[in-house]
Amino acid sequence: MNTELLGIIATYGLTLLIGIPLGIYLAKMFAGEKVWTDFLKPLEKGIYKLSGINPEESMNWKQHMKALLTINMVWLVYGFFALIYQDKLPLNPDGNLGQSPDLAFNSIISFVVNCNLQHYSGESGATYFTQHFVFMFLQFVSAATGIAAAVVLFKAFRDKTTTSLGNFWVFFTRSITRLLLPLSVVVAIILAFNGTTTSYEGKDQYISLQGDTVGVSRGPAAGFVAIKHLGTNGGGWFGVNSSHPIENPNYLTNMTEAISQVIIPVAMIFAFGYFIRRKKMAWVIFGIMTLGMMLLLIPTVISETGGSPAIAKMGVSQLTGAMEGKEVRFGPTATAYWSTVTTIISTGSVNSMHDSGMPLTGMYQLIAMMMNCFYGGCGVGILNYFIFIIIAVFISGLMVGRTPEFLGHKVEAREVKIASIIALLHPFIILVGTALAAYTITYFPDANWAVKPANWLNNPGFHGFSEMLYENTSAAANNGSGFEGLGDNNTFWNVVTGFILILGRFLPIIGPVAIAGLLASKKYIPESAGTLKTDTLTFGMMTFVVIVIIAALAFFPALTLGPVAEYFTLIK
Amino acid sequence: MKKYIIQSLRLTGVLMVLLCVIYPLTIAYVGKFSPGEGGGEKVTKNGKVVGYALIGQSFTKPEYFWGRPSAVAYNAAGSGGSNKGPSNPDYLKDVAGRIDTLLKYHPYLKKSDIPADMVTASGSGLDPDISETAAIMQIKRVAAYRKLDERLVAEAVVKNTEGPLFGLFGPSKVNVLKLNVALDELKK
Repeated sequence: MNTELLGIIATYGLTLLIGIPLGIYLAKMFAGEKVWTDFLKPLEKGIYKLSGINPEESMNWKQHMKALLTINMVWLVYGFFALIYQDKLPLNPDGNLGQSPDLAFNSIISFVVNCNLQHYSGESGATYFTQHFVFMFLQFVSAATGIAAAVVLFKAFRDKTTTSLGNFWVFFTRSITRLLLPLSVVVAIILAFNGTTTSYEGKDQYISLQGDTVGVSRGPAAGFVAIKHLGTNGGGWFGVNSSHPIENPNYLTNMTEAISQVIIPVAMIFAFGYFIRRKKMAWVIFGIMTLGMMLLLIPTVISETGGSPAIAKMGVSQLTGAMEGKEVRFGPTATAYWSTVTTIISTGSVNSMHDSGMPLTGMYQLIAMMMNCFYGGCGVGILNYFIFIIIAVFISGLMVGRTPEFLGHKVEAREVKIASIIALLHPFIILVGTALAAYTITYFPDANWAVKPANWLNNPGFHGFSEMLYENTSAAANNGSGFEGLGDNNTFWNVVTGFILILGRFLPIIGPVAIAGLLASKKYIPESAGTLKTDTLTFGMMTFVVIVIIAALAFFPALTLGPVAEYFTLIK
Repeated sequence: MKKYIIQSLRLTGVLMVLLCVIYPLTIAYVGKFSPGEGGGEKVTKNGKVVGYALIGQSFTKPEYFWGRPSAVAYNAAGSGGSNKGPSNPDYLKDVAGRIDTLLKYHPYLKKSDIPADMVTASGSGLDPDISETAAIMQIKRVAAYRKLDERLVAEAVVKNTEGPLFGLFGPSKVNVLKLNVALDELKK
């Protein structure tokens, strides 16, 4: 078997080998059972004490959401001003300028919501201070926010009837001290020893072998790159993210980064099942998510390793596949694998330029973000999937004429309404955003922005439309990857995606937690012969069908105008 | 509400010390023991630094092995891919132009001897590597311009080819800068 294929099989295998036991550990850790990391308790006690937090205080779901929104608001305000005034703050060896208000607005939202869309380039648009004290800080805490919200949902289904769902600050702090930080240290050290820079020195200059004078951007990137993947953030230290040879030096680091972005989303599925004492349910959810992933991964690998039809016509040989926008050290197979996992999970880091991928590859990436629940981001993946579970419960209940129930709680009109709104919100903001962009480009091509709408698109025709669709989808899915040819650093994109980002983050967190909170407070109905079982494969497939139908109905027309049309022009 | 605001502010401050000071400084300290001492591994020729092992360089002279096309001309102060879509007509013209240039300098080649990585821009614009095939096809030209035995140049290519990880995973590759340095040092 060829070594490139073997490489991705090993990568996925290792992911499961780490992810599944990690999930079991997380279930125990969040339940407060004895685990080997308990030696960190004094550190956590110190954090609670300094922050004036009483870890014993129990919250209901509304208090949880209040705490979550408050601390996120604090980060938004603080980060916005830090970015605008970064030129006046320390740790700026390259003398980079402050961000413009609309760019800072977009950047800070984008990092608070775990998206990392990045309309700036790390080399020139951020300083070592903001890279650390804004961006890397948010990469930790936004991931922890997602995980903590998911744990609130877990907690709601652990006991029969309850309104007290644990303490938000505890879930949040433990996500960092017991999960994100220790793993980051390990990954950062692996990266550092393979060539990712760690020192605080600024740009270097040297005279190349041919005699050109060349500058090279560096900086303490290893720690940043570690959490960017573990926290499914995806924001790069450098402009080109993990295709940069310092950010991702070789095949080993590529495997490490690809594994580290998937382990926590996989672990969260098993954490859910073990936490609520329904292991079978975890395996069913895992199976359905894996099915979804494979249905996107396999055609992506085929599409990329098949090479570009236009280049094949020119007569050069594409031995391993399409190479535009890709790096030799990874090869097309590992690049295809990466592009799938980074879009099904809301990481959005890239090791190739997605804009230059094959048309169908672009479509699979878009679909991955449109469904946004096959594994999904840190914590929020399982929350998104939960919405589809509720809808599937409702529809199956109607089909077989039984009262819709989930884990012993009646699912009633209120819960189904919330679930439907959240499920429809995603296509709504994507399509409205894209329509707005297409309208602007057509009717106001000369608007006086940093980049004129007429110059937004780097590619003509259908591919240009895909660039706009991708940007909005990525923002709504809190993914952060892009068809980077799009001229996105201007008022229009900064503001429009800024709002899409906020809507696409907080409502899909509040919705599921609210449903869980409402269900948990209802009377527990013991399982009987009439109960619709939600941990069976049949029900799993039902959920899968719901996901596919919602996405197909909402997005098929838009996909046809972009990647599908481009595919057919390319092969004709 | 007020309670949450104060807790949020204090928790943010405490975590900043842990995550933005202690964590990166620890990594920076450990990084000092890595091969490039945390500042990036450098390549030297006759004791003089000529670049970074991981950062590709622009090679245009015929006595050097060439790297891949770059959208940022290998200027590592920034980074960037072409972001050209596969159906973009201007882009396809560029590729055709690159094929012609390669055929001009390598008259002994057929089009099908040219691997795709030599005519397409990398994602970072700084790709330090080319494929094995891309190096092999240049041997004859480099040997001719350097007035060296082809066998010697071929040997240098083999020596600078790095196989798959553990011999099992991923593609093999040739670091262009290291290969060219090896050739320059061979000459003296």
